[in-house]
Amino acid sequence: MSLLEVSGLNVWFDLPQRSHHGGGQVHAANGVSFALDAGERFGLVGESGCGKTTTILALMGLLPPNASLAGEVRVNGRNILAGGEDSVRAHRWTDIAMVFQGAMNALNPVKKIGWQIAEPMAFHGIAHGAAARRRAGELLEMVGIPAAAGERYPHEFSGGMRQRASIAMALACDPKILLADEPTTALDVMVQAQILDLLTRLSDELGLALVLVTHDLPVVAQVCERAAVMYAGEIVESGPMEELYHSPRHPYTRLLFAATPDLYGEDDVVSIPGTPPRLDRELAGCPFRPRCDSAFAPCMDERPVLLPVGAGHEAACHLTRQPAGEHQ
Amino acid sequence: MTLPLQDPQLAVEAEGQPSTRSGFFRTVLRERKAAVVGLSIIGFFVLLSIVAPYISPYSITQQTCAVYAPPSGAHWLGCDDGGIDMLSELMQGGRISLVVGFAATLVAMIIGGGVGILSGYFGRWIDIGLMRITDYLLVIPDLVLMIVIADVWGASLFHVIMVIGILEWTSTARIIRAQVMSLRERVYVKRTRALGASNARIIWKHILPQVGPLLIANTVLTIAIAIYLETALAFLGLEDPTVTTWGTILENAFQRTAISSGAWWAIVPAGFVIAAVIVGCFLFGQAVEDALNPRLKAANLSVHRWRLRPLVGRGPDAI
Amino acid sequence: MSEAPLLQVDNLVTHYPVRRSLTGRLAREPRLQVHAVDGVSFSLARGEMLALVGESGCGKTSTAQTILRMVNSTAGTIRLNGTDITRLSQPQMRPLRRKLQMIYQDPYESLDPRFRVQDAVAEPMLVHGIGRSRAERRDLVISALERAGLAPAEQFLERYPHELSGGQRQRVTIAAALVLGPDLLLADEPVSMLDVSVRAGVLSLLDGLRRDGDMGILMITHDLSTAAHFADRIAVMYLGRIVEQGPARDVVRNPQHPYTRALLSVVPHRDPRQRSTPQILQGETPNPVDVPPGCRFHPRCPIAEDRCRREDPVLRPPAAAAAAGHEAACLLA
Repeated sequence: MSLLEVSGLNVWFDLPQRSHHGGGQVHAANGVSFALDAGERFGLVGESGCGKTTTILALMGLLPPNASLAGEVRVNGRNILAGGEDSVRAHRWTDIAMVFQGAMNALNPVKKIGWQIAEPMAFHGIAHGAAARRRAGELLEMVGIPAAAGERYPHEFSGGMRQRASIAMALACDPKILLADEPTTALDVMVQAQILDLLTRLSDELGLALVLVTHDLPVVAQVCERAAVMYAGEIVESGPMEELYHSPRHPYTRLLFAATPDLYGEDDVVSIPGTPPRLDRELAGCPFRPRCDSAFAPCMDERPVLLPVGAGHEAACHLTRQPAGEHQ
Repeated sequence: MTLPLQDPQLAVEAEGQPSTRSGFFRTVLRERKAAVVGLSIIGFFVLLSIVAPYISPYSITQQTCAVYAPPSGAHWLGCDDGGIDMLSELMQGGRISLVVGFAATLVAMIIGGGVGILSGYFGRWIDIGLMRITDYLLVIPDLVLMIVIADVWGASLFHVIMVIGILEWTSTARIIRAQVMSLRERVYVKRTRALGASNARIIWKHILPQVGPLLIANTVLTIAIAIYLETALAFLGLEDPTVTTWGTILENAFQRTAISSGAWWAIVPAGFVIAAVIVGCFLFGQAVEDALNPRLKAANLSVHRWRLRPLVGRGPDAI
Repeated sequence: MSEAPLLQVDNLVTHYPVRRSLTGRLAREPRLQVHAVDGVSFSLARGEMLALVGESGCGKTSTAQTILRMVNSTAGTIRLNGTDITRLSQPQMRPLRRKLQMIYQDPYESLDPRFRVQDAVAEPMLVHGIGRSRAERRDLVISALERAGLAPAEQFLERYPHELSGGQRQRVTIAAALVLGPDLLLADEPVSMLDVSVRAGVLSLLDGLRRDGDMGILMITHDLSTAAHFADRIAVMYLGRIVEQGPARDVVRNPQHPYTRALLSVVPHRDPRQRSTPQILQGETPNPVDVPPGCRFHPRCPIAEDRCRREDPVLRPPAAAAAAGHEAACLLA
């Protein structure tokens, strides 16, 4: 039994009735499934609008009122979504915690850092008052900030320090799973390296299961052992990082890597023509077909399903069912 | 260095939305009932005022009934202290009240908008100078100053319009200035400056159209205030008493002991229509201001929650 | 025939005064300066792409703003096609702005949401009085859009920015810059806010423009991989100075300055098997108000010696073998 098991996660957003859409829904996440064990680092990769942020928000039950959800999220075997918001709240922060996109800018400017880290401890009844503050100091040390800095305000911290403080805040209630949404996107490459190093260390030392959500492939390649690539709300390929890079089985994965310049790479950097499909309509066939360079007959009408293509490696592409080299 | 937070929901919503000014107002009217109600009220009274001389049942200069005659079949709202039909007075009085309201607001909008734009766009000394003048006028109590000016210069409609206009532009100026200051930092404005475009061009083509809706919202709210102030001035006897406005109707009634005579019809209708126009202006103006402020969608604080659907079967084809 | 380089920058200095509070003024606190650009020199030839690389606060954006004359320099010279534009007033700069255009980072904010594509691209012409009739301007707009890769151009003319994707918006901005026929293009993080799958297209477009259009491009970026791939030369900036510059390949494969080495070592690779040993520097870039004495990198430098605290190194060819034009500002290089 894995620490975290997500199966068949679907998220819909209702569109405003009175707008020119006249109601309808956006199917933001479609049948997302993956599993994590303690100490594992898993990447959720994709471009803007692919549904990766929606997915991890759903894991925490942090969806807006116009969202509806289906599927299961099992933490140590228990489905935390079973009772809606009320059941998720008990697990929020104590079992699963999140570092948000732009977290460094989401700190309360009028409260001291130490107080903000201690706050969830008090709310979940883990520690109060002086004990909570002491623990907050320990957490700050753990993320590489002197404990005394807890007495300062967010504006006195640099961007990198604020991100560390956000990580400390996420660890306040000793969660087993940490979700990080674009944790280093707005940071300089040197600070990014520091933060990624920190996340790796925390995952190793504390046995944290880490889900790293980002559009930055090289970041995932360096930090995570396994990853899933998302497109149009679905996972199109998932497996060990090395497999994804060296033997991708979905054209989007291959093209995405090819579109990422490498420091010493000699190959041409490609771009993928077209744009992702709208998610408020039912799509026939493969959602990537309009932009795919290897599309053939079945891609038009048949929706591909995630099928195993190697050890722990799955891909949702009709090409995988063809014998190698015999398509088109 | 950050990618914009594009969730699929926003991407779909943004498609096909008109960004022209008329499109904006159409959207506001479609989505906010308050705006429709407000605009209807204002529209009704404007229309009424325009056709008033043609449809008012009686003349307002000649006595047509008994003093403080109660409402009857012939005179729906009774008569005032001079035996003049109340309904006709209200209809025609509205013309002046609305004219004063709109004219004063026009003056206020032009001064306020101009000061706000100049102050916000050019900043530094121009901003400091204009804002100090604004502060000075903001601090002066409107009604007191108006009483003094009306007393000194005499009571005429023109004076009333000018006084209201000169004192009411200050809040508009501040609001417009704030928006212009933020617009000035937008990338497309900086880009146009780097292009070598003149300040006049940038203000006319890029700043003014963006500031337009806010200016209109603010204008409508100012109309409400102007009408209220006109009423107050009239009520205090500082307006030309020979002119019939809603304010003078109230003033007459008050002075001529309408209350002790029990002639509620001389007071309540006038008060009601003034309140109605003010409410109409507020409804419309607030709706537009709210629509301009996207951050007012406090979804996270809503009582409603996301919903759970039963999962039928497993895998991506479930449901 | 020796031609002046397209852009020649010599010892450019831009300092911003830090505003003191009232109490500060009364207490006669010393006036602090932000040393945004602290002595930058480089040249750019036609058909060349130079990438200005560095972390936030290093002064790369301030350098571009100063070259664009949107900000006044404190000292130094800027020469565009041989003309000294350092001290020209804004009215004097106006005609020269046809030759000098900038592309901004945020494609979602670069276009006025009320302007259609054709208005946005035609505006530069209206400002500079190019094109005698609406029809003529329309033709120029169409050809600029096509040069920017938006074809068929007619389909885009009537669209509003919100109907376009990020990549398309950026191309419209590029078209608006091209329509005046500039010689020099400043691109400030032109693709960092675009999706990965779209970036190469826009970068290739810029690449093609400088080759075929004989333009010079100064690209500002924090992404070393992009710089290595698309630029001819790279200049690495730290705290307002260029600490290393040279041919892109050589700077990336044969870095001579310890900062460049550290920076390159922490850039993640897309191949999971290529895990380099990152040389993570401690702390963060110091405040440009407080520039350390001597070599400004010495507090964080892994190989700093005693003299680095006292001597301020200049850009010069390194002692070790390196390509022509490769210079580093390090006492130990």
